[in-house]
Amino acid sequence: MTTKNMLPVAVMALAVLVLWYAGAVWLNAPTATDALNRAGHDWTTADLIRATLAMKRPILPTPDQVARDLYTSLTGYPVTSIRNLLYHTGVTAGAAMAGFGMGVVLGVALAAGIVQARTLESSLLPWVIASQTVPILAIAPMIVVILGNMGFTGLLPKAIIAAYLCFFPITIGMVKGLRSADPLTLDLMRTYSAGTAQTFRLLRLPASLPYLFTSLKIAVAASVVGAIVAELPTGGQAGLGARLLSGSYYGQTVQIWSALVMAALLSVTLVAAVGLAERVLVPGGRGGAR
Amino acid sequence: MPAAQPAPLTLVPPAADTAPRTIVDIRNLTLTYQAADHPVYALSDVSLSIAKGDFISLIGPSGCGKTTLMRVVADLEQPTSGEVTVNGMTPEQARLKRAYGYVFQAPALYPWRTVERNVMLPLEIMGMPKADRQQRAREQLDLVGLSGFERKFPWQLSGGMQQRVSIARALAFDPDLLLMDEPFGALDEITRDHLNLQLTRLWLSTRKTCIFVTHSIAEAVFLSTRIVVMSPRPGRILDVIDCDRDLPRERTLDIRESPEFQRIAHRVREGLMEGHSYDD
Amino acid sequence: MSRSNMARPAMAPWPLVMLAAPLLPFAMLDGAALYLPQIPVALALFALSVATILARRLPASALGEAVLLLVGVAAAYAAPLVLLNQGHALAQAGGLWLYLAGATLLLWRVLALLAGVTGPARLAGPALFGMALVLLWEILTRGFQVPTILLPPPSLVATAFAANAADLWDDFRQTVLISVLRGYLIGCGAGFLVAILADRVPFLARGLLPLGNLASAVPVVGIAPIMVMWFGFDWQSKAAVIVVMTFFPMLINTLAGLQSAERIQLDLMRSYGAGYWRTLAMLRLPCALPFLFNGLKINSTLALIGAIVAEFFGTPVVGMGFRISTQVARMNLDIVWATIAVAALTGSLLYGALALAERHVTAWHPSLRKR
Repeated sequence: MTTKNMLPVAVMALAVLVLWYAGAVWLNAPTATDALNRAGHDWTTADLIRATLAMKRPILPTPDQVARDLYTSLTGYPVTSIRNLLYHTGVTAGAAMAGFGMGVVLGVALAAGIVQARTLESSLLPWVIASQTVPILAIAPMIVVILGNMGFTGLLPKAIIAAYLCFFPITIGMVKGLRSADPLTLDLMRTYSAGTAQTFRLLRLPASLPYLFTSLKIAVAASVVGAIVAELPTGGQAGLGARLLSGSYYGQTVQIWSALVMAALLSVTLVAAVGLAERVLVPGGRGGAR
Repeated sequence: MPAAQPAPLTLVPPAADTAPRTIVDIRNLTLTYQAADHPVYALSDVSLSIAKGDFISLIGPSGCGKTTLMRVVADLEQPTSGEVTVNGMTPEQARLKRAYGYVFQAPALYPWRTVERNVMLPLEIMGMPKADRQQRAREQLDLVGLSGFERKFPWQLSGGMQQRVSIARALAFDPDLLLMDEPFGALDEITRDHLNLQLTRLWLSTRKTCIFVTHSIAEAVFLSTRIVVMSPRPGRILDVIDCDRDLPRERTLDIRESPEFQRIAHRVREGLMEGHSYDD
Repeated sequence: MSRSNMARPAMAPWPLVMLAAPLLPFAMLDGAALYLPQIPVALALFALSVATILARRLPASALGEAVLLLVGVAAAYAAPLVLLNQGHALAQAGGLWLYLAGATLLLWRVLALLAGVTGPARLAGPALFGMALVLLWEILTRGFQVPTILLPPPSLVATAFAANAADLWDDFRQTVLISVLRGYLIGCGAGFLVAILADRVPFLARGLLPLGNLASAVPVVGIAPIMVMWFGFDWQSKAAVIVVMTFFPMLINTLAGLQSAERIQLDLMRSYGAGYWRTLAMLRLPCALPFLFNGLKINSTLALIGAIVAEFFGTPVVGMGFRISTQVARMNLDIVWATIAVAALTGSLLYGALALAERHVTAWHPSLRKR
């Protein structure tokens, strides 16, 4: 981030915080009023505000409540404990990464096929695009149930859903990238009488790297979404999605928000890791490819 | 006859058949801006006055401030100090009164408008009724030899034709002053020759005042009544060469082989050398 | 660029694997293996397929050959369906599967021929590819008797679709016509308006853009349980999820689009003395249109996902997400698949409509223009 953007971003973050607290007071006020009335004492507005910001089951928990919950969860239990959020994050991250890996293989293979075979481009590409208009997350519980019936449980069903969400941006980005080689350099390869495989390895593939990494950043974020949603129907065992679901069943709003914050952190970390890999692997630093 | 006069120069308008009237007056213009670690002197103490009906070429290497100078006249850039008047007004007043038409290095046509509607764009902004707009656009397209292309889209035309559309667009609202920033720079030489010829005819028939930025010595000599030679670091005027004395007003392409033409071209080149334009 | 006049490439020999089909059993009936000559229908269809391969050079154009070969492919795809309806078992019918494999390879040839065709016929390739997928799904699930719990054949899904049409329509109305449409319009509209505001106030844009980029990396759909808690079970909570999901993509795309006008085009407007709103309307918004459509298309998929996932967390007893989660629990997978088909169709139609509108409105854009 440039220094020029520091101030606006800081102001924006501050505004979000202020709005968050204001929202907490506003949304929690009715329940807090009930509680105070039931307690029977006289109470002032200050009492009300204090009560809204420290409820056990708030409609909207305050940032400090979420932070405190995260802190106790992360430090109060061993990492292998089901009460440690890091354990759940690990479960989700595992599924997301497995799905991401599958998505990358599938996406790159499809892209290579589409670029090499005209037949595939005209008949397959429209279906690749159509596959994304299917709200895949709607199928998520199905796939989990189907694979569960076939004896696959745990990581694989979640990974498949994550892979389904991932492969599309990779295919599209890679097709664009593999085609991005300058026609002149393609002609140059022809003057060397390089074969299809050589042209692919020496020219098309390196030319596609900036596009690939742009797609990978989108895909890795999508894989986290896929893994989390796939965890929703598994019925509250492990993973951030399961935490969301059980939090929503038992009205544990603080738990939902903690899980959301961890999910956001996981996503941002993975995207940053891909960005780092890009810096290392793509010569000339960050590509500006879209 | 090397020109060694130091900048700034204030020039007397050339004797012409009509009573000369100053249309653009530039006095002691300086423009500096702050680059990463050092100030850049884009223009340093530049003075120039341009008479009505003149065709002025600004020539010089990259970074000599020729485009910047023209952008200041067009109120697209603010000078650090100095004074500019266009038709006796400040550049901003002139811009708001639509006193000039600007032709850019690229055609800058709107791809979603037909050729005709592109030419109508400034008229639309000025609030001219639709029927008048259309008639005016047709006239201008006819003037640049593009009748019959009204309904085409810009991307269906060649680069040279696109640039002609953009000239028609600049002429559409009949401004006194035409500012052209390397309009033919991106075109091949054959197309460029053809458009140079068309432009000089257009200029003769409309009697517009033109300021023309170019990199090409031959183009500058062929088109201009006066050539302003500029040099970089800091951007300044080195020499102003009068072509009207030695070359006829009506010019054809073969004039470029004449000794007069060669002499003027030579003087331009000398001026550029003076400014160390060929150093790097 | 029509390829019909060019020399057609020679056919690869792979489809000819079907010639080995008569050597293996073609179907099983009451435990006995039947060979090709014993089943007149199959024999006729097989002969038709082979005949089209032999006659493939007769038509003058690539399109003609494609149509002819397609008849052969259709015969091969019809064969297993006819046999299944006559009560044959196909799981061990090696000959039939060879025939089908050969026909699928022949379809590849058809698609290759169609790939060079222009005009309305170019839509035939993807359409055939999709139809072949559905038919293979039907043939394989029925031929190998895949349990319907795992994967019901399309015909069963179609039956469920017809039988539950009223329910599916109610779900569609609740999820798409009420939740998705409202959330989508509010979310995209808000994103667009805030983008224009941010464009006027650069400070706001510099603060919002990093937030938007963050939002694109974050699983926003996770807010669904919170929204259900805040706004209740009805459409408001679904629309709220959709608004949050669609807001930032629209904001980012609109901002990028508004900045896509070239410098000299902006200078041109300035040289005409055109003000902010005029420049916005005449130059920057037209320039932004491809970006706007990009945002709208991305959001059309996101909106459907948002609504369905939010319904997992609670609905009135209607809605596509509700239907999926309850029917999965009851193992009525044919209804689940029918609902998915509705969702897929809705998604495709929404996307297709937007793509069509884009093609119409931004026909001038380099990616769409035709000389």
